[in-house]
Amino acid sequence: MQLIKHAFKTWMLWELVKGLALTMRYFFKPKITVEYPEERTPLSPRFRGLHALRRYDSGEERCIACKLCEVVCPALAIVIESEEREDGSRRTTRYDIDMTKCIYCGLCQEACPVDAIVETQHFEYASETREALYYTKDMLLDVGDRYESQIAANIEADAKYH
Amino acid sequence: MEWTDMALTGLIWALEILAIAVPIALSVAYITYAERRVIGLMQVRKGCNRVGPLGLLQPLADGLKLFLKETIIPAKSNKILFVAAPVMALVPALVAFAVVPFGETTLFGLWDTAHVMAIAHLNVGILYILAISSLAIYGVLMAGWSSNSKYALIASVRATCQMISYEISMGFALVCVLMLAGSMDLSVIVNAQKGGFWHWYIIPLFPMFLVYFISGCAETNRTPFDLVEGEAELVAGHIVEYSGMWFATFSLAEYGAMILISLLTSILFMGGWDAPIPALDFIPGTVWLLMKTSFFIFVFIWFRATFPRFRYDQMMRLGWKVFLPWTLAWIAVLGLFTYAGELNSSLTILSDMIGYYQPWRS
Repeated sequence: MQLIKHAFKTWMLWELVKGLALTMRYFFKPKITVEYPEERTPLSPRFRGLHALRRYDSGEERCIACKLCEVVCPALAIVIESEEREDGSRRTTRYDIDMTKCIYCGLCQEACPVDAIVETQHFEYASETREALYYTKDMLLDVGDRYESQIAANIEADAKYH
Repeated sequence: MEWTDMALTGLIWALEILAIAVPIALSVAYITYAERRVIGLMQVRKGCNRVGPLGLLQPLADGLKLFLKETIIPAKSNKILFVAAPVMALVPALVAFAVVPFGETTLFGLWDTAHVMAIAHLNVGILYILAISSLAIYGVLMAGWSSNSKYALIASVRATCQMISYEISMGFALVCVLMLAGSMDLSVIVNAQKGGFWHWYIIPLFPMFLVYFISGCAETNRTPFDLVEGEAELVAGHIVEYSGMWFATFSLAEYGAMILISLLTSILFMGGWDAPIPALDFIPGTVWLLMKTSFFIFVFIWFRATFPRFRYDQMMRLGWKVFLPWTLAWIAVLGLFTYAGELNSSLTILSDMIGYYQPWRS
């Protein structure tokens, strides 16, 4: 009986038929493709994209030039120079992030005691020149100003997990 | 014959050839599209859908790209053979279509009798197609030899071995059809299967149908028998040194052969332009033929999405140790039964059992 069954399966190409049936089932399954520029996958609040320097509500920049981010950065992508400002507070005169070096590990964000440097959910800033990827303090502050509401919302959403 | 008559005949021939060659070239383009879409859908992807609505302009974009690419001729190749090989591959694939009947027509009642729609209505059509389709291997051989590349050479050796081992059982599978139909004329074979799907040769000759179609896969170098261009070991096989239009010519030949095999399978085993049930006769026969052909082309693509490539020795084993004895045995059985049926009318049940149908008897 076993022999007959085996012979039947061999000559009816049973396994090939099973394989064909499987691909045919997949043929009608819903597709998982995300057509990127039109469709996007949801992003986590912790998503690590383009960097931004934030300000307080008063408009004062948060960064106090403690240089923890510069120290912790494993890719040595951050360069900070600081000086005493006219009002006596310690501020950066230079805050550069080389986006070509950055590995988007998020350690700068972790290290920052005042939530000044953060990573936003933006990742579409590719450029045709390297120079455009050397972000200066002004550029980073500008990114922060533009996406502040989103950044604040993401920090808020993630706060309960800290 | 007046020269005007000759010119007219020539013009009609040219039109007939164009009427077949142009749709074939177009359908080759859109089979590549269908292949990408179908395989994509079977892999839970969407496939190409960016160029034009539903990606329908993709084949044109591909064609344009290949047309604009540089055709590189390797410095140490045999240049004449290298250039001749793609043509040698394409010509048999197209020439074979000359005898394929696409249906019967009275030209909307203009003619009294139905004429067969074929460029050349040959009474040895099968023989012609077997001969021509075997020639296609020379394109691969020449490409492999002239490229002066070890991959291409191994590929052409493989292609030849594959051809030898499959052509024989393919031929024997066709012999079974010939024995049932009693003719080598493709239109006679179709007419012998007339009157609904229970008359089709796929039923008495089901194993031969499988042998023929699987051998067809091997002959057109399609998966699971695309050892000739197995990427893993041979990069791209015989086409490894080709680029641009010559490369496109090879794929044109390959897909042309695929259409041919699908057409022949529908004609020989699936009743050609015969409707599955007589009630559906109002749909033109050519539409039925093309529908059956499209189905087999889909099956080719389906195979490609499903089966992994055979190992070389497995393929040889299948050809020589499975297909060949099986087809030979089937021919013997078929011959015996028909002989018994002819010998003694009380034994006709034997020939009826295997569906041996002789129109001239009744």
